[in-house]
Amino acid sequence: MKKVGKHNSDSLLIKGGHVIDPAGNLDEDLDILLRDGLVAEIAEAGQIRGAGLTFDARGLIVCPGLIDIHVHLREPGQSYKETIASGTAAAAAGGFTSVCSMPNTLPVSDTAEIIEWQQSLERGAVVNVFPIAAATYGSQGGKLTDFAALQKAGAVAVTDDGKPILSDDIMRETLLAAAKLNLPVIQHAEDTRMTISGSMNESAASFRLGLHGMPSAAESSIVERDIQLARQIAGSHIHVAHLSTAGALEAVRRGKREGERVTCEVTPHHFTLTDADIVDYDANFKMNPPLRAAADVEALLVGLEDGTVDAIATDHAPHALHEKIIEFQRAAFGIIGLETALGLAIKRLHHERKVPLRRVIELFTSGPARVLDLKGRGTLSIGHHADITIFDPKKKWKYDVSKSHSMARNTPFDGYALIGKVMATIIAGKIVFEG
Amino acid sequence: MSAIDPLVGQPARGSLLGIEHLSRADISGYLQLARSMNPQKSRPLLKGKRVFLLFYEASTRTRSSFEVAAKSMGAMTTLILSSGSSIEKGESLLDTGYTLRAVGADVIVIRHPEAGAPLLMAKHLDIPVINAGDGMHEHPTQALLDAYTILRHKKTIKGLHITIMGDIYHSRVARSAVHLLTKFGAKITLCGPPEFLPDLATTLAPGLKVTRSAEEALHGADVVMILRVQKERLGGQALSVADYVDRYQMNSERLKLAKKDAIVMHPGPVIRGMEFSWEVADCPQSVIVEEVRNGVPVRMAILAKALGKAK
Repeated sequence: MKKVGKHNSDSLLIKGGHVIDPAGNLDEDLDILLRDGLVAEIAEAGQIRGAGLTFDARGLIVCPGLIDIHVHLREPGQSYKETIASGTAAAAAGGFTSVCSMPNTLPVSDTAEIIEWQQSLERGAVVNVFPIAAATYGSQGGKLTDFAALQKAGAVAVTDDGKPILSDDIMRETLLAAAKLNLPVIQHAEDTRMTISGSMNESAASFRLGLHGMPSAAESSIVERDIQLARQIAGSHIHVAHLSTAGALEAVRRGKREGERVTCEVTPHHFTLTDADIVDYDANFKMNPPLRAAADVEALLVGLEDGTVDAIATDHAPHALHEKIIEFQRAAFGIIGLETALGLAIKRLHHERKVPLRRVIELFTSGPARVLDLKGRGTLSIGHHADITIFDPKKKWKYDVSKSHSMARNTPFDGYALIGKVMATIIAGKIVFEG
Repeated sequence: MSAIDPLVGQPARGSLLGIEHLSRADISGYLQLARSMNPQKSRPLLKGKRVFLLFYEASTRTRSSFEVAAKSMGAMTTLILSSGSSIEKGESLLDTGYTLRAVGADVIVIRHPEAGAPLLMAKHLDIPVINAGDGMHEHPTQALLDAYTILRHKKTIKGLHITIMGDIYHSRVARSAVHLLTKFGAKITLCGPPEFLPDLATTLAPGLKVTRSAEEALHGADVVMILRVQKERLGGQALSVADYVDRYQMNSERLKLAKKDAIVMHPGPVIRGMEFSWEVADCPQSVIVEEVRNGVPVRMAILAKALGKAK
């Protein structure tokens, strides 16, 4: 399918593909020339003469590089689960050219020094890494971190992901301080007072399995509270991480309708699986927020289609085997997701629900770029970063986690049938992954 | 220690992990075999077999009756408690299982505070695993001995009005009993305050009734199954003991609402003054002690089936 030509120039010509760039309003057969890390030319098929490498993209979709605004790369401190190098290698294999890493590292990413360390070349990142910083020191929900210094060091948002900010006054302070810097505040919306010892959605399934449930109200109540608080603070931007319930989605929809700057992301596992899929205490089905009811999944699918949802994010959460092949209630929350995201989205949204590919791509590109204001990413205009993903939208394949680029193996999708396969991931004009 | 193999197999033949997925024929098979077991007359059916009792949680009845059941069939038993073993040092469930297998276990009987722990072990071992109670999930051997006990007093389970009252949410006994008795056509009423009996409980099996009134639940019952208030699983729930006793304690007054020949059951341990008034626990209709006694032949049958010596 693809042919790589001479290696004597810093340019790459992508020929014969179908280009979809929702933000640039492109949806046609075009050739693209990349030079010096930027998009140099976009023209009708056959119009550009490439001097260097050529990538034959016939039959393939060429789109802006995918962006995942919610991943856990585990460094510093937990390199037995994943490293920035291995996590970003998995990202590249999944078609992602940029990832935003969560601050629940060891120590918590609450200083400029750690944010800089994560971006240092020595980490061996394969794709662009945009760190997200902790909103409070140690994510303890107390004293705010130095947002200005963190932003200067490269942080693109603040959050206490995993340790939601429950106190109203700290959340208000966070929104105020972030608004001054135009920084988004990301909330893992969970009222942890309602989810004590919970390990799955509160439902018929949790009752039958004898597991303590996490009610959906624990999510929606925090989302409603946050929107209320943000409404009173000019310039604030609240972003709801891994939104999983119909109630929370409705709150976001209402907020948007009323003109609030509220955005949200949804994970592929939350729009694919339900709590009824937890049948034999396999902790690869345990994550937080938990898999929800079928009605929630249906609401998420509608929200992904109608624009209420701004981005698809994976919440890639690698863990070691000894943290997952144990008793369900004791097992760590989270699954890996970078390599399965596109195949799940194309299967669930495009093939099953007939959502146009253009919308699916938007959810992976300009959508997330807008949420975290990643300038020059998520679109293919001339002069922008030459971050490009090339995929076969029709290719059926089965995920084999034993071949994963991640160090972790915790996925419910091993052996799962997917549609849509990444053929090449290009960053700053260079191919970093070929499928 | 052997590495954890992420590849999962099926539980070995003879494993008993729950009632939910058993057929009526499976259940009847256990009950029939139990009737032919006589703990008073030793038979060396399991001579040379090693039965490992792995208890991560306290137990008096289940543990001792498994031990007596195994020994009366000539098996050797070894008891491992979470305190005083390497579990205290942090050894994982699966490594503990591999260790017992290596020592020579032919069957593992496990009680564990976490739902699903016996299944996890069974999927990674090539010997049968018997669930002696896992968290709030199931307690299949209790359900079998309860069915055995009911059938010593009633001709059939079909059509019986069975009331299960008390802390149903936290009860593995209730879940297993509901699965078993529903499969055989009992009419089950669940009764308790919302903290102990969420509305979700009706989804456990078809045809379940829920009521908050003890009087309504007990009216015309053939079998009354009372459950213990599980203080160790409450996890911060506010519940007034006085209020509970007032509304749900099984006392002589309430007992009169049930049928004359109703039997009163309790899986134990009974907390007198809480779910039972003193006199009702010892009343002629109480079969609590008989349940314990019946635990032995029922567990003999379970062990014999697990070790392929059912004939």
